[in-house]
Amino acid sequence: MRAIKVLERILATIPIMFGVAIMVFIFMRLTPGDPVDIMMGAGGAVGAGEIEQLRAEFHLDEPIHIQLWYFLRDAARGDLGNSYIKKRPTMELIAERLPATIELALGALFFALIIAFPIGILSAVKQNSWLDRFSMAGAFLGISMPAFWLGIVLILIFSVKLRWLPVQGRISYDVNLQEITGLYVVDSILTRNWPALKDALRHLILPSIALGAAVAAIVARVLRSSMLETLRADYVTLARAKGAPEHRVVLRHALRNALIPTVTVIGLQVGVLLGGNMIVETVFGWPGLGRLVVDAIFNRDFPLVQASVMVYAFTFVIANLIVDILYTYLNPKITL
Amino acid sequence: MTQEPLLELRNLTTVFPTRRGEVRAVESVNLSLAPGEVLGLVGESGCGKSTVLLSIMRLIRRPGHIAEGEIRFQGRDLRALSEGEMRRVRGREIAMIFQDPLSTLNPAFRVGDQIRESLRLHHIVDGRWPWPLDMGARRREKERVIQLMEEVGIPSPDARYKAYPHEFSGGMQQRALIAIALACEPRLILADEPTTALDVTIQAQILDLMKRINERRGTGIILVTHDLGVAAEFCHRIAVMYAGRIVEMGSVDEVIESPQHPYTQGLLDCIPRLGRERQPLSPIPGNVPDLATLPPGCSFAPRCPLARPVCESGPIPMVRLARDRRSRCLRHVDFAREQGWTWGTEYEISNQ
Repeated sequence: MRAIKVLERILATIPIMFGVAIMVFIFMRLTPGDPVDIMMGAGGAVGAGEIEQLRAEFHLDEPIHIQLWYFLRDAARGDLGNSYIKKRPTMELIAERLPATIELALGALFFALIIAFPIGILSAVKQNSWLDRFSMAGAFLGISMPAFWLGIVLILIFSVKLRWLPVQGRISYDVNLQEITGLYVVDSILTRNWPALKDALRHLILPSIALGAAVAAIVARVLRSSMLETLRADYVTLARAKGAPEHRVVLRHALRNALIPTVTVIGLQVGVLLGGNMIVETVFGWPGLGRLVVDAIFNRDFPLVQASVMVYAFTFVIANLIVDILYTYLNPKITL
Repeated sequence: MTQEPLLELRNLTTVFPTRRGEVRAVESVNLSLAPGEVLGLVGESGCGKSTVLLSIMRLIRRPGHIAEGEIRFQGRDLRALSEGEMRRVRGREIAMIFQDPLSTLNPAFRVGDQIRESLRLHHIVDGRWPWPLDMGARRREKERVIQLMEEVGIPSPDARYKAYPHEFSGGMQQRALIAIALACEPRLILADEPTTALDVTIQAQILDLMKRINERRGTGIILVTHDLGVAAEFCHRIAVMYAGRIVEMGSVDEVIESPQHPYTQGLLDCIPRLGRERQPLSPIPGNVPDLATLPPGCSFAPRCPLARPVCESGPIPMVRLARDRRSRCLRHVDFAREQGWTWGTEYEISNQ
């Protein structure tokens, strides 16, 4: 029953993805700048015939609704076109970059959660203590700091000054790693390649912190305020009246219910982590999807932008679906 | 009664510091409860009834705290216990039932598991360590839970074990809470307005259930209620509270038939009665006083039809009119003085 509902939801993402893609299709073509001109500008002097030929190849010489028809027809067959610049299927290019982005997003999420949970819970339990004030001030800082700035500061301190961690990239050039999933941490565990695991983790730490700091701050604040609410609930008084020890009262009775609003916020943040990391990827030279998309936008590489946006929409919807599934476990009043 | 009391409160005072000054929610409360006795604690909302119960459990939320007094339960002073020792008393020896069953059951857990938690916390069912892996103990626990659900009148407990609180009706939720309270067979149940949130017909069923528990198991019950009718129906003795103090105490019959304190009289006049000639109800004028700015004298004086200027001048001692009959009213103090009765304690005049 649950499996059918989940399948339904996944199928429901298809129209969403197409809707998003159509909007991007139109907006990209409304922005000034012509892909062929940009390509040619980089390539030096070329003849008018060559330009016309390229235009015809990309169907750019045809009216926009005809172009849209070609796009939708091909997409329905599972073909999202070739990149104008790299001349390769867009899905292939995305598949190469997506694991890096997912790995960074998961790293940032992990960092955010291990920071946010203890802080959120303790600040609520010890409300108005120095710990509470200090962590909420820290959370305020975490939300206010721009990620690129934090990234640069982290690099300056931990890579340049202290030389503890690498400056950029996903893995060192001299480390061999057999790729299975494309997530280097997972792959190195699967192949029991411990030096590679250490190297991949060392590369992952700073970008994860830079990307996850704001999420940690947001989650800590939401968790604190929902814990403050559940700690005052009648069922918490009942748990105490039953003779439950304090840690059980907090971690089982109060936290379980405080997770419901918190998970919603985490789900929204996962979308941000996956789709909003261009800047952090640039600062840390992280070969992820974000930089691919930014380059594609500057080059007016229409097919690549369209395909990437569809992938973003898909991951966003899937992240929300996971949240909804978690929700049904946390809150028995809700079914999928 | 020569029997040692099950619970005895001596001079219990619970205060809450606020920005406007200290609120003395419970002020010098003296109470005793014999084993198997049902005591009604009656008064308007905000008079400190529930705070008395939470004080007994030592569950007053900070920064509120018990400022003074003794809570003797089976000869032990609960205030002197460590937090760990107190936890073993909570749920195991003294259990509590709350007013609003829906918000008191944890919405995230199955009802059966919430009843089972009480058993597990106090190791009621023997089991080997590690606990969660001892399947035999788990099964016995579940059997006990189902037996408890049956006892409190939850139909088809096998199927209801796995239900969540929101799938229960209000009456069923309150029964589940009573099952939680009964799980460890406590000597004393503190019931805080257990029927207030329920329909009248369900109210009667729940009171009936509690009465049966009291009769069968000899469990002492303190019932907090604002409804004198409920108290009259169900309790052996009644203590009437006003503004944090007990103003009158006695057996049900005496308090209902011949109320001594003007506040009790006022409460009785507020109850509409069936079958009597129609006459307008006579509500008590005015409002419950603000506990942060209580007058020095009788706190009921501003609303009292019998008040004299002298009532507001100083604290009114409790007067012990008979063996188990007390009232805190200046009229009785005058009477006691005329009779030449002696001061028992700082707070009490009696004829013994």
